[in-house]
Amino acid sequence: MAVGIFIYLAAAITTLSVLVITRRNPVHSVITMVLLFFHIAGLYLTLNAEFLAAVQVIVYAGAILVLFLFVILLLNLKEELIERRYVGPWPLGFLAALGLFFMFIFSLKGFRLGPLGPFTDEVIKAHTNTKVLGKFLYMEYLYPFEVVSIVLLVAIVGAIVLAKKRLKS
Amino acid sequence: MIPLNWYISLSAVVFIVGVAGFLMRRNIIIMFMSIELMMNAVNISLVSFSHYLNDMKGQVMVFFVIAVAAAEAAIGLGIIIALFRNKANIHVDEANEMKG
Amino acid sequence: MDNYLLIPLLPLAAFFINILFGRNLIRDKAHWVSILAVFLSWVVSVMTVAEVLQGRTINRDLYTWISSGTFKVSVGFLIDQLTAVMLVVVTTCSTLIHIYSAGYMHGDKGYYRFFAYLSLFTFSMLMLVMANNFLQLYFGWEAVGLCSYFLIGFWYEKKSASDAGKKAFIVNRFGDFGFGIGVIMIFLSLGTLHYAPVFESVNTLVGKTVTIHLLGLEFDLITFIALLLFCGAVGKSAQIPLHVWLPDAMEGPTPVSALIHAATMVTAGVFMVARCNPIFSLSPITMSTVALVGAVTSLFAATIGLVQNDIKRIVAYSTVSQLGYMFLACGVGAYSAGIFHLYTHAFFKALLFLCAGSVMHAMAGELDLQKMGGLRKHMPVTYATMFIASLSIAGVPGLAGFFSKDEILWLAYSGPSPVGKFVWAIGTIVAFLTAFYSFRLIFLTFHGKFRGTHEQEHHLHESPKVMTVPLMLLCVGAVASGWVGIPHLLGGGAHFTEFMKPVLGHLEGHGTHAEEWLVMAISIIAGLSGIGLAAFVYLREENLAAKITQKFSGIHRVLWNKYYVDELYDLIIVRPTIWVAKNVIVGVTDGRIIEGVVNGVPSLIGRFSSLLRSLQTGMVQQYAAVMAIGAFVVIALVLLW
Repeated sequence: MAVGIFIYLAAAITTLSVLVITRRNPVHSVITMVLLFFHIAGLYLTLNAEFLAAVQVIVYAGAILVLFLFVILLLNLKEELIERRYVGPWPLGFLAALGLFFMFIFSLKGFRLGPLGPFTDEVIKAHTNTKVLGKFLYMEYLYPFEVVSIVLLVAIVGAIVLAKKRLKS
Repeated sequence: MIPLNWYISLSAVVFIVGVAGFLMRRNIIIMFMSIELMMNAVNISLVSFSHYLNDMKGQVMVFFVIAVAAAEAAIGLGIIIALFRNKANIHVDEANEMKG
Repeated sequence: MDNYLLIPLLPLAAFFINILFGRNLIRDKAHWVSILAVFLSWVVSVMTVAEVLQGRTINRDLYTWISSGTFKVSVGFLIDQLTAVMLVVVTTCSTLIHIYSAGYMHGDKGYYRFFAYLSLFTFSMLMLVMANNFLQLYFGWEAVGLCSYFLIGFWYEKKSASDAGKKAFIVNRFGDFGFGIGVIMIFLSLGTLHYAPVFESVNTLVGKTVTIHLLGLEFDLITFIALLLFCGAVGKSAQIPLHVWLPDAMEGPTPVSALIHAATMVTAGVFMVARCNPIFSLSPITMSTVALVGAVTSLFAATIGLVQNDIKRIVAYSTVSQLGYMFLACGVGAYSAGIFHLYTHAFFKALLFLCAGSVMHAMAGELDLQKMGGLRKHMPVTYATMFIASLSIAGVPGLAGFFSKDEILWLAYSGPSPVGKFVWAIGTIVAFLTAFYSFRLIFLTFHGKFRGTHEQEHHLHESPKVMTVPLMLLCVGAVASGWVGIPHLLGGGAHFTEFMKPVLGHLEGHGTHAEEWLVMAISIIAGLSGIGLAAFVYLREENLAAKITQKFSGIHRVLWNKYYVDELYDLIIVRPTIWVAKNVIVGVTDGRIIEGVVNGVPSLIGRFSSLLRSLQTGMVQQYAAVMAIGAFVVIALVLLW
C-alpha cells in the first residue's frame, strides 16, 4: 500500500516536473508547478512531516507561485507564445544534466547510512510533528531562526527597491 | 518500508530536471522555476533523510530552505522586472552585455 | 722601500682628484695636481732605483686578488733591474711631458680632463711595469690601451680624432686577443701566473706540444705560447701587420704622442718580450720571427717616413721603425741591448715629438712641412734641441742613440741567431734611412726660406719657458743617457748590460775585435752618409727633391700611400665586418630574433587571451552549463579514485 502511494507520487512528481520545464506558456508552467508542489506535500505526509507539508503548500504553492504569476502578469508576454523555447546550444545543457544524473546514480552505490538519532516515528507521533519541530527549532536553532527573519526583511526591502519605478525629478 | 535509495533517486531525478530546465530554456521565469524545482528536490532528500535517520535536523533545515527560497524568489523577481524595464524582453540569451 | 707603492698610487690619486673636481673646482689649475703627483712619483722612483742599484730587489705579493679553485692570482709588485729602468723612463718622461702640457694645452676647454687622463695613463703604465704576474700585466696593458683611446680621441668633436682613437683600440684588440690566449695557455700549462714560478718552471714544458683539434695541427707548446705573447707585442708596439694605428694616433695632442706613442706605451711590447725572455729563449722559431718582424717593420716604416709631409707622421713612422730595432734586438737574443735602446729612444723620441709640438705651436697648428722653412731664426731653442735629438737618432758617435744602436747591430751580426746577419744588413740600411729622413725633417723645417703664409710668419715665436725647459732637460737625456752603456771596445764599462744581467742574461758576441770595429764603422758611415745625402738634396738645390719624386713617381705614390695597407685592411676586414654587423647582427639577430621574441611574446599572450575571452559570452546559462560539467567531472574523479 505504502509502496503504491509512493510509486504514484514519484511518477506524478517526475512527470509534472518535466512538464513544468517544457511548457511554452509560462502560466501553464506555473499551474503545473502548483500541482507538483501539492504532490510533494503529499510525499512529506508519507514521511511523517505534516508541518512541512502544510508549510510547503502555504508558502511555496500559495505565496511564491502567486508571486510568479503576478510577475508574469506584469511582463506582457504575448510573443512568448511564438518565440523559440529553448536556447541555441540546448543539447549541451541536456547532456550536462544527463551526465550529472548518472553520476548521482553511480554514487548511490557506496552510500552508507549514519548513526540513528532519537526522534523515531513513535516519539514524533506522541507529540505531533509540529510540537517536536517547534521545540527543536526554538531551542537548538534559535539564532538561525532570527537571522532568517532578517533575511526575509532584507528580501522585502530589496524587492521594493529593485522594482520601483524611477521618479523623474 | 520503502528503501531510502528510492527517495534519493527521486530527489536526484527532480534535481536533474531542474538543472536541465535551467540550462535549456530561454524564458527567465521558467529558469527561476527550475531553480525552485532544484530546491524542492533538495527538500525531498532532506526530509527523507530526516525520517530515516530519526533526526529532526533535516526538517529544520527544510524549514530554513523554504524561508530563504521565498526571500530569493522575491528578490529574483524584482530583478526580472528591472531587467524587463531595460530590455523589453526576457530572453536570457539576448542579455549578453557582459560579453568579452 | 715600502714607499714603492706611492709610485703608482700618486698619479692615480691625481686622476681621481682631477676627474672628480676638475670641471668645477680646479679647472685651469689642474696641472698643479698632476705635476705634483707625478713629480713625487719620480722622486720615489729615483730613490727606489738607487736601492736597486745597490742590489736590493722586491718581489712581493700584496693581497690575493682572485682565488677561484686552482686559479690564484695576487696583486703584487716586482721591482728588479728591468723594472728600475722602466720606472726611470716612465716617470721622467711623464713628469717632463706633464710640465710641457701645462704650456701646450693652455686654454683648451678640456684642460682638467687632459691632465686626469695623463695621470691615469701614468698609473696604468706603472702598474704594467711593476707587475709581478701576467694578470696584472694584462690589466696594465689594457688600461694603457684605454688611456690611449681617451687621449687620442681627446678632441672628440673632431671626427678624425675619434676615428683614430677607435682604430687604435680596435687594432690593439687584435693583438690583445692573442696575448690573452697566450696568458691563458701559460696558466693551463704551468698552473700559475706569477712571473717567478712561471720562469722557473717553464723549461719543464720543453718538448711538449699542444694540439688544435679544430685544425688538426700540432704545435710545440712553448713556441705557441711565445708567438701568442708576441701577438700582443705586435699590437701594442705597432709592428707589422698591426702598425696601422700609430700614424693615425697623431690626431691626439702632441704631448700624448710624445708620452704614449714614443716613450712609454708602445714600448710595453718590448718590455713584455724582455720580461718573458725565459719563455722566448726556449723557442728559436719565435726568436727568429721576432727579429724578422722587427727588421721588416723598421725597413717598412723607414721607407714610408721618407716621403711624408706631416711632421708628426714622420716622427711616428720613425717610432715604428725604432721599435722594430728593439724587437730586432730581442729577437737575436740581445734583450738588454733592446731595453737599452728603449731607454735612450724614450728620451730622444719624446724630445722630437715635443719639438714638433713646439713648431706646431709657433705655426698655429700647421703640420705640413711644405709650409715651413727657415724657422731656426725664430725658434733657436727648439732648433737646437731638435737638431741634437736628430743627431742622436741618426747614431752620431758620442750621443745616446749611437751606443744603443751600435750594440744592437753588433750583437745581431755576431750573435748566435740564424737570421742575425740578415737582420744586421737590414738594420744598417735602416740606420741610413733614419738619418736621412730625420735630417730631411730638420732641413725642410728650419733651414731655407719660409714657405708659409704671411700671417703665419708674423705669428712665429719661440715657445714659452714652460715648454722649452722640458725640451732642454730631455736633450740632456738624449745626449747623456747612453753613457751608462759604453761598450768595452771603446773603453767603457758596459755598465748597463752588467746591471741587467740578473734579469736579461748576457749575450756574448762571437767575433773578433776587428769585426766589432768594422761593424761600428759601417754603422757610423751609414748614419753620416744619411745626413750628408739629406743635406745635399734639401739644403743646396731645392728642386732636386721634386725632380727625384717625378722620376720615381710610381714608387713615390706607393710610399706616400703607406703601401696601401690601410686600404687593404679596409677592404678585407673593415667592410666585411660592417656588412656583417649591419645585415647579420642588426638585420637578423636584432631584427628578427630579438624583435621576434619581444614582439612575439606579447602577441602570443594577446592571442591566448583572446582565446580565453571567447569563453566569456555573457550568457548566464553557459556559465551554469560549465559549472554543471565541472561538477560532473569532480564527482567522476572522486568516484573513480
